Amino acid sequence: MAKVLVVTSGKGGVGKTTSTAALGATLAQMGEKVVVVDFDVGLRNLDLILGAERRVVFDFINVVQGIANLSQALIRDKRVENLWLLPASQTRDKDALTEEGVAKVIGELRTKFDWILCDSPAGIERGAMLAMRYADEAVIVTNPEISSVRDSDRIIGMLDSKTVRAEQGERVEKHLLITRFDTARAARGEMLSIEDILDILATPLLGIIPESQDVLRASNVGSPVTLNDATSAPARAYIDAARRLTGETVAMMVPSARKGLMDRLLGRRAA
Amino acid sequence: MMALPRLFSGRSASAPVARERLQILLAHERGLRGQPDLLELLRSEILAVVSRHVALDPEKVIVKMDRGDHVSTLEVDIEVPNVTQRWSRPPHEAA
Repeated sequence: MAKVLVVTSGKGGVGKTTSTAALGATLAQMGEKVVVVDFDVGLRNLDLILGAERRVVFDFINVVQGIANLSQALIRDKRVENLWLLPASQTRDKDALTEEGVAKVIGELRTKFDWILCDSPAGIERGAMLAMRYADEAVIVTNPEISSVRDSDRIIGMLDSKTVRAEQGERVEKHLLITRFDTARAARGEMLSIEDILDILATPLLGIIPESQDVLRASNVGSPVTLNDATSAPARAYIDAARRLTGETVAMMVPSARKGLMDRLLGRRAA
Repeated sequence: MMALPRLFSGRSASAPVARERLQILLAHERGLRGQPDLLELLRSEILAVVSRHVALDPEKVIVKMDRGDHVSTLEVDIEVPNVTQRWSRPPHEAA
């Protein structure tokens, strides 16, 4: 049965789009049929991260308005066979996305795909509400930083009250994905630790993505980080997270820190 | 071993401060979540009670909340028209 998963955070710039692309690509490589849907109307970027920006002809709003049908708007990834993209519109009219329109498109995608990954815009306005509205599961992307954790807490509250599932007395299964984590800084007490964040947000951990230059390197060339270099630290962390989404039990790896000069001299082991 | 890096960097750990600030803030914000707007509720109930005895302009009932560290204050400002002169002069001209 198809699963609708929203990738959300409240705060902007924490890695929603990067995570949507990486998780989507990995699930597709595992043989699942995946569509990633960009809900950021007016500021679409998922097409760019996937390297499909020049292939966009029709978009989500065109489908909602009946200007194009779904198969005309869906873009198939050139690297991963089972991966598709439904791009957002660049129109400035955010009201063009209606609840009924989203319901219709999600309903149609459910009949065609195993996974529907909804890349939410930042904020708690209409676009973010619509992205989570029909979700069965949610990935909450959080940086180890106070404003991100606060906004995540707010979004968790909304997932528990404003989704169709919540209104029907069911629950949206929530997963916490901690991104841009720096083990060395957390060990030095300069950054919230994994335990701190889990304690505060009380949400099961899906994965820990280390702060890494590989993420920018992959986005520069329009490739999900998992495809650009599958052996890089963030790619391995995303691959593990995707496997957990499918129900596999994968041991949680805390990304190892690079040793600084002082650590080497003192012979300290990286945490 | 935990104190070593602090010795070298000369700074104290800031993460515990972040953790504590978040815990206090979120305890407060979670309490407010899902509740109807408290001030609007107070305003409408105060208006209803006072209106039973005095004719009021609903726009002239102002309820403010000031949150402090230890105590918060609730300020209720109700403008009551001067009944004896109500029909002769507008309230703002009353002496």
